[in-house]
Amino acid sequence: MGAKKTKEKPPISRKAKSPKKTAKWQLHLFVAGMSPRSQDAIANIHKLCEKHLIGRYKLEVIDIHQHPLSASVNQILAVPTLIKKLPPPLRKFVGDMSKTEKILAGLDLRMEERND
Amino acid sequence: MPKAKVSTKILLQKTPTGIEGFDEITFGGLPKGRPTLIVGNAGCGKTLFGMEFLARGAMQFNEPGVMMSFEETAEELTKNFSSLGFNVNDLIARKKLHIEFVAVEPSEMEETGAYDLEGLFVRIDYALKSIKAKRVVLDTIAALFSGLTDETIIRAELRRLFKWLKSRGVTVIITGEKGIATLTRHGLEEYVADCVILLEHTIVERSATRRLRVVKYRGSSHGTDEYPFLIQETGISVLPITSLNLEHTVSKERISTGIERLDSMLDGKGFYRGSSILVSGPSGAGKTTVAAHFALAACKRNERVLFFAFEESGNQIARNMLSVGMKLEPFIKAGMLKVHAARQTAYGLEMHLATMHKLINEFKPKIIVVDPMSNMMTSGTVPEVKSMLVRLIDFIKVSQITAMFTDVGTFQSGETTGVGVSSLMDTWILLKSLETYGERNRGIYVLKARGMNHSSQIREFVITSKGIILIDAYSGADGVLAGTARVAQEALDKASKILRNQETARKHRESKRKKLSFEAEFALLKSKYENEEDELNRAILQETVGEDALLHERYKIAGLRSSDLIITAEHKGKRKHGR
Repeated sequence: MGAKKTKEKPPISRKAKSPKKTAKWQLHLFVAGMSPRSQDAIANIHKLCEKHLIGRYKLEVIDIHQHPLSASVNQILAVPTLIKKLPPPLRKFVGDMSKTEKILAGLDLRMEERND
Repeated sequence: MPKAKVSTKILLQKTPTGIEGFDEITFGGLPKGRPTLIVGNAGCGKTLFGMEFLARGAMQFNEPGVMMSFEETAEELTKNFSSLGFNVNDLIARKKLHIEFVAVEPSEMEETGAYDLEGLFVRIDYALKSIKAKRVVLDTIAALFSGLTDETIIRAELRRLFKWLKSRGVTVIITGEKGIATLTRHGLEEYVADCVILLEHTIVERSATRRLRVVKYRGSSHGTDEYPFLIQETGISVLPITSLNLEHTVSKERISTGIERLDSMLDGKGFYRGSSILVSGPSGAGKTTVAAHFALAACKRNERVLFFAFEESGNQIARNMLSVGMKLEPFIKAGMLKVHAARQTAYGLEMHLATMHKLINEFKPKIIVVDPMSNMMTSGTVPEVKSMLVRLIDFIKVSQITAMFTDVGTFQSGETTGVGVSSLMDTWILLKSLETYGERNRGIYVLKARGMNHSSQIREFVITSKGIILIDAYSGADGVLAGTARVAQEALDKASKILRNQETARKHRESKRKKLSFEAEFALLKSKYENEEDELNRAILQETVGEDALLHERYKIAGLRSSDLIITAEHKGKRKHGR
């Protein structure tokens, strides 16, 4: 439900690659303002996706300062938080997304699926 | 109370919680605009305290509140709390309450580097703004420690959070699990230094008691005791419900005891309205019957009576009292008399007190009877029971209710109550069993009656088919005579009275006889005297006649001797007589 809302009026749809088909990975990144940590997280996740999920993902970046309700709807506690909406199961990652291996494992990205 | 309010107002502004009794022990509530920590083990009522704080704030003080729940979802909270009689959905709809569920699920969360809790801040901020909240409850923020692993970050963020909340001027309640070495398991007390309240749920002698203690309250005086509190249908109530002051108004009105001669022992008028009466005596002394008389008299005066029966059921009391000529049943049916029967062991002491409070508030009786008070002993320790009774007595005195308590006294010293509350009682009627000559009789006397000139005599009473009847007891050198001894004494008295009566009658008769005999003698003497008088008169007459005759004879003889002499003599004689 929250995803829909953010989809309808995508706040900062930075560098979100529109997928050719339906994107297999739908990711939402919640940040609080454009703090250095937010920027780090955005850069890190973008790098990761481009490297491993190219063409198969959709990333939305949401600033909870501007969309406080979305923080509540998506149960955001810590920021930055990345939510893997699809594929199921739903999973959350908090932090500046610097631990790539952990994220890759959490994204259910098997070795053979990686782009490298 | 007003004094305390004035002094604390200068020092510290307070936010009333509206929770029964709590604002009294903290002299006004929680510190305004500051965080308060509520500590306790699982199931001690922390969440409820928080929710009630918010709900009452919204309903009574027009201060909307936000519940940040880390453990229960909004639906669960709403459901749980609605069962306590608060219309949570309505409060939410009217924007008086906002419940925000903060899910902290470690299984879903992967930590990938540095983060902060801005998400939480944003959510609290949004919730506060959306309903212009003045109160916030964080229940329980310690859940963060289980969801996130980086304690350093959490602690730094918590410090920031409380600083931020303080700057917002909202009154905050933070709940926390009780720790073993520290006050809270995660040391939340570090961040909340203004007010700490400890809730406990202890089991003493297999009965559970909830207690509340204000551990710390910066800048304010507060009650320091452990206060029992209850969770009932209407939420939390901290006891004392009424503050212990002796400022209640007193009535001069007198009400009957229901026993005619007992009234006359009490100055002829009975008890004072609003006083508390203790009827103590050993078992079988007739305490319940005395109480029933009192209750019945009140019912007949059209006053409501609430009868707390801790030994018998209402039906049993009604049946038993019928056997001594008291018809309670019609009054029970008419709703004038309400019997609340419960075993003391059924629930804890505080619950009893609260139930009694509740029933009294609902039923609004003029008279209450607690039969027997001493059974309370089984549900707590002596000081607990005493403090409970103090509170109960205080409460009913303030409400101008006349209360009769019965008590099975420990009869060794005769004048002590099991719970030692005699000093709280205005009137104390002692029922005594008098054991003499192999039988057991009942005695009644007024041990004390504040504000009246009561009888100091011990009376015997009997329970007849028409109820209690008081009889004059014979007080002699050996104490009180009662029962057959009294009857024997009465018979003895009766016999001597008869004897005395006979003696008097005899004397009366004797005097009458004497009078008669005197009269007879007098009559005799009188007749004697009359006889003599007669005699004498006759003699006098004879003598006069004789003299005349002699004179006459002499003249006759003289006449015979010379006729001329007769004329002169006659003439002479006539002259002589005429002189």
